[in-house]
Amino acid sequence: MKIAVCIKQVPTREWQPRLNDGGTWVREQDVSYELNEPDAYALEEALRLREKHGGEVVVCSAGPARVQQVIREALARGADRAIHVEDDRLAAADAFVTAEALAAAMADERFDLVLTGLQSDDQGHGQTGVILAERLGMPHSTIIMEVEADPAAASLRVKRELEGGWFQWIAMPLPALLTIQSGINQLRYATLKGIMAAKKKEIRRAALPPGVQPTQEIVSLAMPTRSKQTQMITGTPADAARDLVRRLREEARAL
Amino acid sequence: MILVLAEQREGVLNRATWEAIAAAQALAAGDTVAIAAVGDAIDGPAQELAAAGVGDVMTVQHPALAHYTPDAWVQAAAGVIAAVAPRYVILPHTYEARDFAPLLSARLRIPLVTDVTAISGSGDAALFARPMFQGKLAAQVRPKALSNRSAAVAAIVTIQIGAFRADAVSRGSAVTPRALDVAIDSTAVRQKPEPPFREAKQAVDLSQAQRIVSVGRGIKSQENLPIAEKLAAALDAELAASRPICDSGWLPMERQIGSSGQTVAPKLYVALGISGAIQHLVGMKGSRTIVAINKDPDAPIFEVADYGIVGDLFEIVPAIVAALEKP
Repeated sequence: MKIAVCIKQVPTREWQPRLNDGGTWVREQDVSYELNEPDAYALEEALRLREKHGGEVVVCSAGPARVQQVIREALARGADRAIHVEDDRLAAADAFVTAEALAAAMADERFDLVLTGLQSDDQGHGQTGVILAERLGMPHSTIIMEVEADPAAASLRVKRELEGGWFQWIAMPLPALLTIQSGINQLRYATLKGIMAAKKKEIRRAALPPGVQPTQEIVSLAMPTRSKQTQMITGTPADAARDLVRRLREEARAL
Repeated sequence: MILVLAEQREGVLNRATWEAIAAAQALAAGDTVAIAAVGDAIDGPAQELAAAGVGDVMTVQHPALAHYTPDAWVQAAAGVIAAVAPRYVILPHTYEARDFAPLLSARLRIPLVTDVTAISGSGDAALFARPMFQGKLAAQVRPKALSNRSAAVAAIVTIQIGAFRADAVSRGSAVTPRALDVAIDSTAVRQKPEPPFREAKQAVDLSQAQRIVSVGRGIKSQENLPIAEKLAAALDAELAASRPICDSGWLPMERQIGSSGQTVAPKLYVALGISGAIQHLVGMKGSRTIVAINKDPDAPIFEVADYGIVGDLFEIVPAIVAALEKP
């Protein structure tokens, strides 16, 4: 199977945001980056499918030059080669622009299966994968917890997470696109051998196609406002417990 | 017109639809609100919506819509949009909307703004607030029309669960649902769904729970869970957890609250030993009343709590159970 995994480079979880002067984006010079967590699970799932069915895993990423960091990391973990749509305008692009950029670079590859994380830890639109599926003419399913592929029959059966503890199996033909839920598998990390091998692997550069229009504008970014006044309850455990229960009954009417 | 796409499964209306209607009314500012329900046997949800008198209720019924698939739903939604030409399309930010709204957006080339927590302004001047960077920042977003769009809709908007209050919906006199004739090409539906199932036998839908007791790393070990279970029983609450507890296998994943689990907005949320990582907060901060018990006075959970107790949960929780037993 020829499998693509779309990955994004996002700020680390520990990063504390600072805004640019216009208050419309973050100060990029302060940011340290890492691989978007759900995308790491998508990559791991692709590597496992390749181990089972053979073929190749191609990582695809749209972003400025800095995203080579996560491309190299994915190659070190075992991906065979990479496609990098490189453009500074992709740093803060919306899902529509990112998907159009990826679709243009990926269309001729004729992948059997495309995996993405279910959403990014930065803008978090949760749209890129599904838009990409439409542009590549593939069926899709989202928030996937298990993948059963049958490349010989060009078919796929996937377990989708629903809300409230419900799940559902869905069958569809290949080629197809899936967005992968975090925690679907156990991640592997790069070995020294993998890191050395990654240096020789191919990264194909592609350009952002002309005329791609954004669908939304960030007018402002701000720290979320705190809307609550927290009442701290003190005293011995017994006193605090009694006080809390009284307030929940009388003030909050939550009991 | 502001169009709300109602969500139902097996003929039962998802109550998050009411929150989407509340958001639509906030955005409408004098404009009309209409609701469309899509499915096969959906007279029940259609009647329930029509009785509330919040605006026109339309149905799209077709055998190919008996079970949810993105390929069928996108056809139905596109058909409704073509028939009524709304200014905005509003949906609750559920797993179902997350599955097909981006497809609708891509196919019609209409902007999609997801996970919206607040709306300011109306008409073309509307701004939508949504979390970014795992909730570390809140963005004000303005949709931008594409020159090659195929419908004059300003945006499709999905509303974060708990961001708008279902009981804030202003109701009027009942209407009669009307059926829209939308052609659905069942040969274009590529997904074949199997019946939904639950893995645990006592599975719960936490998004429907009135009260939730949630445990975090502070519970220290699986053997201590009965302490939280006793409080949940005394409060008539469901038990839930932050991600580390579910990753350790102490509670099933379906009880996980947060960005990778469920988003809930119960009347009462009691956080035991949860520090309040942003990934957790985004899943519960819409709760009506939040109680936090944590030994660390600087834990971020206290920033969203209405009531906080700093101390040892192993002493405080049994004391609360004892206090609840007294009238």
